[in-house]
Amino acid sequence: MESAKIISRLPYSEPFLFVDEIISVDENSILGSFRFDENLDFYRGHFRNNPITPGVILIECMAQIGLAAFGIYLIKDETDRNVQFVFTSSEAEFLKPVFPGETVFVTSRKIYFRFGKLKCEVIMETEPGEKICKATLSGMITNQIVP
Amino acid sequence: MTQTEIIDTLKSIVKPYVQNQQAFETLDEKTDFVKDLQINSANLVDIALDTEDAFGIEIDNESMQRMLTVEAALSIIEEKRAQK
Repeated sequence: MESAKIISRLPYSEPFLFVDEIISVDENSILGSFRFDENLDFYRGHFRNNPITPGVILIECMAQIGLAAFGIYLIKDETDRNVQFVFTSSEAEFLKPVFPGETVFVTSRKIYFRFGKLKCEVIMETEPGEKICKATLSGMITNQIVP
Repeated sequence: MTQTEIIDTLKSIVKPYVQNQQAFETLDEKTDFVKDLQINSANLVDIALDTEDAFGIEIDNESMQRMLTVEAALSIIEEKRAQK
């Protein structure tokens, strides 16, 4: 499944889509990238006069590539397209800040995908390969979200 | 492995995911993982995977769907162990 097809099936859109490209994907791992545009609205407030990408947005970017996009690839065409994604847990360490205009690369490796739960080791890096964040993320692919 | 040993092992598997400690302390066969222990569906998957490892069994999708109470878990563990 090619990059554009996976991204078109993601349930996000601007201003909350944090995936530009899926560079490679197979049954065990996925690699994707995103460029944090200087004009993203949250930079006005995080921080005042000192724009740095919020950690929660980095985690969101890692989850969109490492769980949602990866999950779309893993379920292929076999499953109902009306599935929903639920982010269920994260444990993360931040090692380096991301400034406006930077491009990040996210690699996610499957720990397991069973009974609809995808658990992965996810790493975000800069273009030269310096680690920004490493995390263990989990999400559920489900037919309906219980309130 | 006796029934008591199976329950003790199951309790040790479930413990890290329990949100309602009071319900856990009074756990019996009727205890519901979701309603009583307030475990979410993502952690039910972890419980199933830990149960597979602890008892050397494989839990299929159909069993997973009905593994919502201690009683159901015990019957699935016994059934799968008997099949080995």
